[in-house]
Amino acid sequence: MHELSIAMSIVEMAEEEAERRGDVRVNAVHLKLGALSGVVKEALLSSYEMACEDTALQGSRLIIEEVPVVVFCSSCRAERPVSSVQLFCCAECGTPTSEIVQGKELEVVALEIEEWAHNPV
Amino acid sequence: MGSQPRLVEVRKNVLKQNDLAARALRERFRAAGVFVVSLVSSPGSGKTMFLEKTLTLLRQNYRVAALVGDLATENDAVRLARSRAPVKQITTGTLCHLEAAMVQAALEGWALNQLDFLFIENVGNLVCPSSYDLGENLRLVLISVTEGEDKPLKYPTIFNSADVAVVTKMDLAPAVEFDWHAAYGNIQAVRPGMQVLKLSAKSGDGMDEYLGFLTERLHELRATAAASKENVAHGLK
Repeated sequence: MHELSIAMSIVEMAEEEAERRGDVRVNAVHLKLGALSGVVKEALLSSYEMACEDTALQGSRLIIEEVPVVVFCSSCRAERPVSSVQLFCCAECGTPTSEIVQGKELEVVALEIEEWAHNPV
Repeated sequence: MGSQPRLVEVRKNVLKQNDLAARALRERFRAAGVFVVSLVSSPGSGKTMFLEKTLTLLRQNYRVAALVGDLATENDAVRLARSRAPVKQITTGTLCHLEAAMVQAALEGWALNQLDFLFIENVGNLVCPSSYDLGENLRLVLISVTEGEDKPLKYPTIFNSADVAVVTKMDLAPAVEFDWHAAYGNIQAVRPGMQVLKLSAKSGDGMDEYLGFLTERLHELRATAAASKENVAHGLK
């Protein structure tokens, strides 16, 4: 269960970014989460709430875009989805492949920000 | 008066700090010419016994050392010290995995160029360590026959982050009716083409092949380093 430390890194990263942009308020953090990132979505969502407590991000939302695994299939000579993470075969032709093109993402891609309604003292 | 909410692009890897530390470690390992192997497995798979045997046997011809991650105790380091190789414990407290910065801290002051092999034993856990690069040359995932054949299907991510799989406690295979072909098939399903070695650290069966595999990798590393040095020398002429 390392989701809490991941969530804390996300909050820290968003706080820094908000400060850099002139101390704006962060309403939401958009995250790309690969199926092979080793991070569980549900655990990350509940950890995020905890990690936000008593920070400038309290009350903000974590919006997770799940990224499926895509491999390069040598038979199709194209990027293809896999049958499942338990079966690393091209979903189209069945060729086994381990050349991963995407699915390991754990990346903050965007922030939804706005000016504070009134300046926090 | 309030402004409209707006979306700003960021694009930042959440594990950037770890990745930067891992990159620095990898560079340090490369400069020192040491081959670094990290071990991941479930608790109770026999990782410490396996490492103890590895260190004892390799030590006859190579300079070896180990870092061991453990939640609370120093038992592993004490057991590994029997191999007479330098061993240092990293106590992780409640943390379920090692991070690159912890390895950096543990290696402070070490003369890595005095080593051929450095082993890093991760905390017993097949989930969390998969996300953290430690700068290693080779990540070895260890499973034992007593855990059943379907471990790879339950933890595909760790198999996908590893470079080689070792199936250990093969001496117990008949007793637990371990199906080697099923286990091998499951590993190939989650990671096609992955090299799989089988052995028993206790009886010693299969250890030669495994140690041969490691030493071959060390020699490859040294040959690559020598070749690139030569290229640089030629370039200067």
